[in-house]
Order: sequence, then C-alpha cells, then structure tokens
Amino acid sequence: MLSIRNLWAGVEGKTILKGVDLEVAAGEVHAVMGPNGSGKSTLAQVLAGHPGYIVTAGEVRYQGQDLLAMPPEVRAREGVFLAFQYPVEIPGVANAQFLKAAVNEVRAHRGQEELDAVEFLALLKEKLALVDMDPSFTSRPVNEGFSGGEKKRNEILQMALLEPRLAILDETDSGLDIDALITVARGINRLRRPDNAIVLVTHYQRLLGHVEPDRVHVLVGGRIVRSGDRELAHELEARGYEWIEPAPEASAR
Amino acid sequence: MTPRTSTAGRTAVAAWLAAFEDRDGRATGEPAWLREIRHAAMARFASMGWPTSRDEAWKYTSLAPITSTSFDLDAADAGDLPAAGDPRGDAGDLPEDRLDEAVVRLPAAIRLVFVNGRYSTRLSSVGPLPAGIRIGSLAGALFTEPEIVRSFLARPGALDEAGACSLLNAAWWRDGVVCDVTPGVRLETPIHALFITAGAGRRLVDHPRSLIQLGPGSRATFVESALALTGEPSLTNAVTQIALGAGAELDHYAVGLTGPQAFRVAETETRQGEGSRLSSCAVVLGGSLTRREMRVRLEAETAACTLSGLSVLGGRQHADQSTVVDHAAPRATSRQLFKAILDGHARSVFNGRVIVRPGANGTDAYQTNKNLLLADGVEADSKPQLEIYADDVKCSHGAADGQVAEDALFYLKSRGLGEDRARTLLTLGFAQEVLDRVRHPELRSWLERRLAERLHGGRVHEAEPPEVMAATPAAASAKEMS
Repeated sequence: MLSIRNLWAGVEGKTILKGVDLEVAAGEVHAVMGPNGSGKSTLAQVLAGHPGYIVTAGEVRYQGQDLLAMPPEVRAREGVFLAFQYPVEIPGVANAQFLKAAVNEVRAHRGQEELDAVEFLALLKEKLALVDMDPSFTSRPVNEGFSGGEKKRNEILQMALLEPRLAILDETDSGLDIDALITVARGINRLRRPDNAIVLVTHYQRLLGHVEPDRVHVLVGGRIVRSGDRELAHELEARGYEWIEPAPEASAR
Repeated sequence: MTPRTSTAGRTAVAAWLAAFEDRDGRATGEPAWLREIRHAAMARFASMGWPTSRDEAWKYTSLAPITSTSFDLDAADAGDLPAAGDPRGDAGDLPEDRLDEAVVRLPAAIRLVFVNGRYSTRLSSVGPLPAGIRIGSLAGALFTEPEIVRSFLARPGALDEAGACSLLNAAWWRDGVVCDVTPGVRLETPIHALFITAGAGRRLVDHPRSLIQLGPGSRATFVESALALTGEPSLTNAVTQIALGAGAELDHYAVGLTGPQAFRVAETETRQGEGSRLSSCAVVLGGSLTRREMRVRLEAETAACTLSGLSVLGGRQHADQSTVVDHAAPRATSRQLFKAILDGHARSVFNGRVIVRPGANGTDAYQTNKNLLLADGVEADSKPQLEIYADDVKCSHGAADGQVAEDALFYLKSRGLGEDRARTLLTLGFAQEVLDRVRHPELRSWLERRLAERLHGGRVHEAEPPEVMAATPAAASAKEMS
C-alpha cells in the first residue's frame, strides 16, 4: 500500500525528515509515535502533498505509483486522506457545500456517478450519525468557530464520506475528551478493512487503546529509530521517549 | 475663485449648462417651485464643477472618463417614450422573458421598470397593491402626490449639502420611484425598481431619482437594479432619498449590472428617525466606472444602520463604494462591511467617513473594508475617516487586503478539489460574508448564482454585456432553440 524509502524533507530551508523508511501493507494499522519536533507532522504533510514541504531525497510509492509526483488533489482522489492536526477554517464556505464538492470530485475520479443534492444529503446524514455530529454543523462555514473537538469530528466525518484507501491521522486524538475520543476511534475502526490502511500519528498511547495498531514506530530526529508491536506503545507510555537512543542503523520493519 | 475643474471638466460643464437651458425651455408643464429648484441646482453645479482628486471624498476616483465623454444630452431628454423599433431603444422591443434572465425576478414583487429614464407600464407590474402603500412613478406623483415629492425635494438646505453629481441629478431628473408606506404597515411584498439604459448608437444619460418614505413602525424591502444594455458609453446618475420614521425598518439592496461601457454614479441619502433600522447592501457586478455613495444621517436616538457592499471587478473596472455616516443623536449604531474582489487591472475604493456630532454620546460605530486581490495589477484604496466630536463613543475600523489563503487552498485540495474549483470556492467564500447580509432569500440565491458564474475558476471574468442586449426577437428565439 505505502512504501517510504529514505525520505528526506524539510520546510523553509530546514531539514526535518532525515531518511524515513516505512512499509505499510493493506489491512494494517500503523502508529507513528515520537516526541514533539521529531517530524511526525512533517511526514503527514509530505504524504498529503503540502506545497510548503520540500522533499530533497527518497521516494514514496503508493499502490505502486510515485506518490510524490502527484499533486495533492490527485492523491486525495486516489484515496489518500490526511486528517489535519489543525483543520483550516474557511469562512463563507458552507461545510455541506465543501463536503459535496469533495465527495463528487473523488467519485468522478473513481468513475462513479456524482451524487445529486438528495443523494448526498442521505449519505451525509448517515455519516453524521457515525461521528455523532449535529446536522447544524453542515450549514456552518467549514471549521469556523468549531471547538477543537468539533474540528476533529469534522475531519473524521470527511474521512467517512471520502472512504480513503490510506488514511493518515495527524494527532487526531489531541485535545479530545473521552466521549469525542471514543467517537473518533469508532470512525477510524469503521474504516479498518483488509483493503485499507491507516497511519496514526500520535504523541500519546491514548488513542491506541481504542484503535489497536498492528505496528508501532518511533520517530526521533527525523528518522524511525524503533519499530515493534503494540507493546512498544505501552512501553513508551510508561517510560517516555528518552530511553530510546537514535540508532543510526534503525529502520522500520 | 480658483478654477476647480480641468479643461475637459469645464467643457463638460458648459455643455451641460447649454443643454439645461434647452431642456428648461421645454419643461413648461412643471410646477414653478420645481423649476426653481432645478435652476438653483444647475447654477450650483456650474459654480462647483465636477469633483476632482483635490476633493477629499474623490481622492481615488476620477470622473475624467465621464467628463471627457460627450453624451447625447438632448437625446436623453428628447420627446416622449420611444416607439418600438426606435434606434434609441425602448420598452417596446425589450423582450420581457430575457429581461428576467438578466435581472433578478423577485416573486410577487411590486416591480417598476424605467427604460432610459421613462416609466414603462408594460414592463412594470404594480397591482393589485397591498394595503398601506402608495407607490408610483415620480413624474406622475409630482401631480398626484405633490406633498410627498416636495417634502423631499424642497427640504430647506438640501442643495447646500448636495455634491456635484447630486446637484446635477436635482436639475435633470425625469422620473424614478416614489413610495410611501403607511405608519405601522409591515410590507411583505418587496419593491423592485429596475433602471434600464437601452439603445444603440446613442450615448445615453439618465438621472433617476427615487423617494422612499417609511412611516413610523412600518417595514419594507426595496431593491434597485441598474442594467445598461448598450455597447456605447452611457451614464446613470442616480439619487435615492430615504426617510425612515421612528421604529421603521428598511432593507435596501442595490445591484449594479451595468454593461462594460457604463458609467454609474449613485447616491443614497437616508435620514433615520428614533429607533429606526436601515440595512443596505450594494453589489457591483458590472460597469466601467461606478461610484456609489451611501449617506446616512442618524437623526434620533438608538437609530441603527448596517451598510455593506461587494464589488466584483475585472479588466479595467473601477468601483468606489463610499459612505458618510452622520451620528447626530445619542446611542445610535452603525455597522459597515465593504469588500471587493479584484482581478486584472481593476481598482476599488472605499471611503468610510463617520461623523460623531457633539452630544451624540453612546455612539457605537464600526467599519471594515477587506479586499481580495487576485492579480498583481490591481489596486485597492481604503480610507477611513473618523471625525469624533463627542465623548463616550465607540468607534473603530479595520482593513485588510490579501490573496487567497494558501493553507485553505491546500486543505481543499487535500480533499480532492482541483486548483480552479478550490479557488472558486474560496473566492465565493470571501464574498459570502456580504451576501449573508442579504435577507431576501430569492435575491440572495440569485446573487450567489451570478457570482458563481462571474468567478468560475477563481478569477473575475470580464463583465459581458447581458445577453438581452443583442436580443432581437429572431436572435432570441434561435438561441432558445439551440
């Protein structure tokens, strides 16, 4: 599904990722953990194609294709989804209008017929219930005035509507109360299928209690320095990140 | 006295004076008091001349394109309503169905249509009127409702306060809407006044004047649309006077759909009584040069006004939306939001003047001006002017110019939206804050559709002359069949 080899990338002239290797197979859930500033969000943004992040070396294959050669909208249409750590507020654009445009772009790319207003509303209603969101959110401008938890639910709503093949969730658990955390986890678990893959980027073990990862990776100083099963997450929770030495030969899987 | 006008301006003033004398000789049917006002206004205009960049209120907007154009001043005033087939264009050959496509059709509205300054009975639909409203054309009301007309036009000091364009209108107006809403009547039916300039081969001028009076406790919605259906340069110089009684509420909308060669100057003057509320929104979608001025005098306590405007400009279009809000009484509120979307070499101006008179304590005034710049060649000028002569007031202003936000663009793309689609959404989103203030649902959705057409791909497309312009009956039916 996703194959990252020796990925080097940075922003504003500063190198942040320094040779990331990561293999994610279909049907798997991977957690990428690490201390603040280790490059977790950079990795997520690079995978989604943020124009501010410059890749200087390495390659990323997604379903056998060169992911880095695709513009961000094509990545999205091909099934890559990034749940933003800080979802962007878009004044004046109604959430429903945005969601319908996104769903139909993705559907058109997949050769599916575009949904009309009635069909879309039916789909939206179903997905709103899944993430426990009030329908009034759909007529409000995208993320504007949403609380932190509402913004995160809105990300999961978008994920549920777009049905990605590869979902990358950047700190989706941060700032959530326990109810919201369970709702978000339910949305993620719903996406868990043999033909999909999920990458959870997180600082804490908290979400992993609700979405059990198959593999856990530790990103420190722009490299994956340790990989293991879910026990590694528990160990990190108990001991912090300090005990992990950035080993030069460390690599994923 | 120092000459205040350019050579071209002087020539233009002289031409207007000569044409006025000619016109006056034919306007013998008018009441003496009105002819006196017209003379006084014209004399004042002649001594004042056209505004120049030395006038604070006209610093960024030059009327040179207007003063250097020789209009057919006689044609604009000559004779009666043109007959069908008259090259001046007329109500007779304007197909009504195509007109409906070009302007918003408000269901059940009282619609008054003026073509080249003349009231068109055929295109208007006024009856049966709901109870509590008197409405009609100014030319008719001059004789049937003279007291209302006089109360507006002959108000002491009116000419002393008027600017040059308003004076020219006072001297030259031929027709417009007169509307009087009875105290306490809350009118559900919107009033739509449509001013059309139509005709080929002539450089037409029109000075519509409308008088809107809302009695105490009454409520109404008044929509003005301006449409120029001519490829020739044309000038509309409109004045709308509004008087709101105590507790009256008016929603006022102005939509400029003028063609690419059109010049439009429009002034709206409102006087507000105690606790009255004005909500006014002007949308400029076309025209070569537009200058709109909203003047509001908050004459009594707790009067409130919300003024907003949106200009969507491409090519070399220029739009100036200026305001003068005069807080003359305590505890009145004014809110202003003006936005422009600029592409190509377009230019927008916002002049926001707020005067707080001595004793107008508890004044609450806020204005904001935001401009979305879609190209390097555009220019947006913003000039707040706060003149505060009272204590205990809250007055502030904000201004921001910017481009499409890159983070928002990436967010939309990361959901599968292509560059054009994403930019279109964001540009429409910028406009939406103003459109949200349009409370009439049909008008709002019509404006939203119009904007979506104008802004597809996230660029402002050159204003096209509305299709109705070229629509001879044969061409119209051929088009419908294809």
